[in-house]
Amino acid sequence: MNLNFEFFFNNLPELTITGLAFGAIYALIALGYTMVYGVLQLINFAHSEVFMYGTFAMLWTIMALGAADANGVHLVAILIAALFAAMAMSAVIALGLERIAYRPLIKRNAPRLIALISAIGASFVLAELMGLRDKISGWFGLDDDLSDYVQKAKINNSMAGVLEKPRFEIAGVSISSIDVIVIVSAVAMMVLLDQFVRRSRLGKGIRATAQDPETASLMGVNPTRTIQMTFLIGGLMAGVAAFLYMLKLDATNYQVGFLLGVKAFTAAVLGGIGNLRGALLGGLVLGVAENWGQAILGSEWRDVIAFVLLVLILLVRPTGLLGESLGKARA
Amino acid sequence: MKKLSALPKPAKILIWFLIALFAYALPLLELPILSTPDSDFASVLFTVSIYCLVALGLNIVVGYAGLLDLGYVGFYAIGAYTVAILTSFHGSWPLLLAIPVAVVVAMISGVILGAPTLRVRGDYLAIVTLGFGEIIRLVAVNTEWLGGNKGINNIGRPPNLGDEKTGLFEVPHLFWGDGTVLLDNKDTTKFLIFGYSDAVPYYWMGLTAVVLVLLADILIKNSRVGRAWEATREDEDAAELMGVPTFKFKLLAFSTGAFVGGLAGALFASRQSFINPQSFLLLFSILYLAAVVVGGQGNRWGVLLGAFLVAYLPERFRGFEDFRVLAFGLALVLLATLRPEGLLPPRRTVRAKQLEHELDELEEGAEPDHDGEETARA
Amino acid sequence: MPDLTKQEPAAAAPVAPRGGTVLEVRNVTLKFGGLTALDDVSFEIAEGEILGLIGPNGAGKTTCFNAVTGVYRPTSGDILFEGASIIGLKKHKITQKGIARTFQNIRLFPTMTALENVLVGTDAQHTTGMLSALFRLPRHRREEEQGHARAMELLRFMGIHRKADELAANLSYGDQRRLEIARAMATGPKLICLDEPAAGFNPAEKVELMNLIRKVRDQGYTVLLIEHDMKLVMGVTDRIVVLEFGRKIAEGAPAEIRDNPAVIAAYLGVDEEDAS
Ligand SMILES: Nc1ncnc2c1ncn2[C@@H]1O[C@H](COP(=O)(O)OP(=O)(O)OP(=O)(O)O)[C@@H](O)[C@H]1O
Ligand SMILES: [Mg+2]
Repeated sequence: MNLNFEFFFNNLPELTITGLAFGAIYALIALGYTMVYGVLQLINFAHSEVFMYGTFAMLWTIMALGAADANGVHLVAILIAALFAAMAMSAVIALGLERIAYRPLIKRNAPRLIALISAIGASFVLAELMGLRDKISGWFGLDDDLSDYVQKAKINNSMAGVLEKPRFEIAGVSISSIDVIVIVSAVAMMVLLDQFVRRSRLGKGIRATAQDPETASLMGVNPTRTIQMTFLIGGLMAGVAAFLYMLKLDATNYQVGFLLGVKAFTAAVLGGIGNLRGALLGGLVLGVAENWGQAILGSEWRDVIAFVLLVLILLVRPTGLLGESLGKARA
Repeated sequence: MKKLSALPKPAKILIWFLIALFAYALPLLELPILSTPDSDFASVLFTVSIYCLVALGLNIVVGYAGLLDLGYVGFYAIGAYTVAILTSFHGSWPLLLAIPVAVVVAMISGVILGAPTLRVRGDYLAIVTLGFGEIIRLVAVNTEWLGGNKGINNIGRPPNLGDEKTGLFEVPHLFWGDGTVLLDNKDTTKFLIFGYSDAVPYYWMGLTAVVLVLLADILIKNSRVGRAWEATREDEDAAELMGVPTFKFKLLAFSTGAFVGGLAGALFASRQSFINPQSFLLLFSILYLAAVVVGGQGNRWGVLLGAFLVAYLPERFRGFEDFRVLAFGLALVLLATLRPEGLLPPRRTVRAKQLEHELDELEEGAEPDHDGEETARA
Repeated sequence: MPDLTKQEPAAAAPVAPRGGTVLEVRNVTLKFGGLTALDDVSFEIAEGEILGLIGPNGAGKTTCFNAVTGVYRPTSGDILFEGASIIGLKKHKITQKGIARTFQNIRLFPTMTALENVLVGTDAQHTTGMLSALFRLPRHRREEEQGHARAMELLRFMGIHRKADELAANLSYGDQRRLEIARAMATGPKLICLDEPAAGFNPAEKVELMNLIRKVRDQGYTVLLIEHDMKLVMGVTDRIVVLEFGRKIAEGAPAEIRDNPAVIAAYLGVDEEDAS
């Protein structure tokens, strides 16, 4: 392993911006972990698959609507449709997860270990279903019925080359327009969500449940509905993350969720799990640290960096950078 | 089970001896229903024995001490790589010397990983261990000294007993014709030659390791250590307040689990003769966990059953291999939601005994006291 | 005010011979964020004594136990056990030094049998490790035998030896409370802290339990007792400390406490209303 500091210092601004773009995506996914953890004290292990399904929804929409030949207003419309498709898909998966893998356990007040195992199982089921989609659709004879567009989408994991990604220069630093879009929209979503949780009735219900579920339900907050809403919001945000991820990287596969999930979880813990602003901060810090680290150590170590960072944070500051604030910290 | 425990000691010993004998003879019997049509039965049995070993080790961590370890394959990999390096890649140690070293290295890495992480909250531990398992694999992928992506081959084999051609003696397999059973003198296992083709000696080796670990498991569980683990799992604070140094015992469970995992990895590497990072995917950690949870975490017989199912079923039904992970995922969800205690939950015998006791009381016409009713309800 | 002595479980116990100070709580303050759960509380327990700790709900009694047993670290002040500070010690170390406790909301090990629960207690004094257990060394056998005998003795003492092989979770509520006391005694403590051991008992069971607590003391243990039922506390304790809103408002012999106006205002008044 040789350390490449020269490359690192020469490209510091670019590395930072790309890192921030990745970090913004981590942060959006991290929201799902952080909110569910805040309310239920559970690691929603299957949240990574919520994100993964979003990426496929985005991919299929783009393919089916033929973004390759579109431009101008038409292209923007297709992208908006893809965004909604990703959000809808992720939200549906998240709600389904809550209903099937969590609610029976929450009702029984099952130990957290069991809930985690259930979530791991659900995560595998979701990923494998996507992985086996060709086989499964073949069983139902869908192959013949599907239109050309969907056929094309089905075999392709990638939409590379569909979108143009212009770069521009500021003060000698080359910046990808996609990175800017990713960072700006992710941060905007986070700010919106933060305000929503702080101001709205629903948000207050979520926070009350996170602090003290019993009192909250005595005060008229419906716990089941609150939990559902938490999953819904997490799902919607994962959908946005999926959209931005596809804009940036073009390709996905059925196993894409795992690594991103672990990294997003790291981001949530880094910022202080249960803390919305912490998720943003944690995501950005992780994204940048990872991108700097790979510039120095070599890209093959990229994924190791996130894991090492995760272990280190838990050792040094288990409550994260900003502490745990959606509910109170529970020892 | 309840009849078994009522038997006099010599009879019990005899029964266990027969069970063990059957287990050792299994690959020679070639039983038509059990045997795997699409793959070598002895190889499958070897895999089963490795899964049993792993499940016993992981059961100490998850089932006894209640620590969710999602990176158990990391210790397995450490055991395998240590043996591979010592016997082939960077040395030419005899296997029997390399295995103890591998096991100790795995155990030490368990302490190194556990000492800082066992203090954090339980579900964080799950994620940290998951990260650890992946780090081990990624380090193997990225380090030339560890063989990189290509892996390591020519890993040492156990020493042979007797002559290379015949061994000390040859053991014939059975042959099942139409309604007849014959000794097949052409199909024999040489005692004790560890070659490429015949997996039976490896299975015997694996089974022996399982038996030893099982014995150790019984002895340790039934002692102060086992009680401390269980108390810690049930209520860590209360255990601590009853004088149990919970951190010490969690670390002990973690490193003992690592020890067994390392042993399994070492045996696996020796049998395969070849390893690469693909052998240590996260998937395996989950499969091991599935074995423990499906069987009934905390019950050693349960986890052995789970290990058997997880290792054997996909081989028996090869045609469905693509759906194996899907099936395990489903099994985990269904078990967690419908039967969280697993197929064979621990303490079954205790509950059975209680019920028996209550039935006796009823039969004698004694009034069941209200405690009895509560038991029945619980 | 009602005659509190009327239903005493037994004649007031003669004050036990006093040895030295076992536990000294010295100016302990403990805050949870803005809430002061203990405010400059000081008291002592002498060897062989039964000290009652009383006070209305939320007065800080359990918090006081938690501070003594190392669950919470006091914000300020000191706690001395046999003359040495135990602040900052690990919980299990404090137990091994000789302070045992029970819990207000029962915390047994539900999947273990009654006997095993008590064995965990006796293990506090044992040192058998992995290797002793694995090779069945003499130490393992000796400790296992001793622990077993002691545990059965304690179960018999608490009157639940017939349930030794039942899972703790399957015991009746009362037996679970008794089992908690047996488990605490098994750790071989000098001081045993009981947090509302009679909660949920009927009057007859309560009287029985209080007699038992006196027997515990007579075996040489020092007892710190939290109990809501005033009549019982008066009957069984040698001395009483009264907490209200985290502050100590009175301390003295049961008779003095009974007549203390501050206590009557803070506690007995409420109790009287509850009782009627
Ligand atoms: N972990 C904690 N975090 C915050 N506040 C706490 C905590 N534990 C106790 N308190 C508060 O400290 C105060 C004293 O509580 P404590 O449990 O000691 O009362 P208590 O005298 O035992 O009451 P009770 O008779 O109901 O058992 C209460 O106001 C309680 O809410
Ligand atoms: Mg209390």
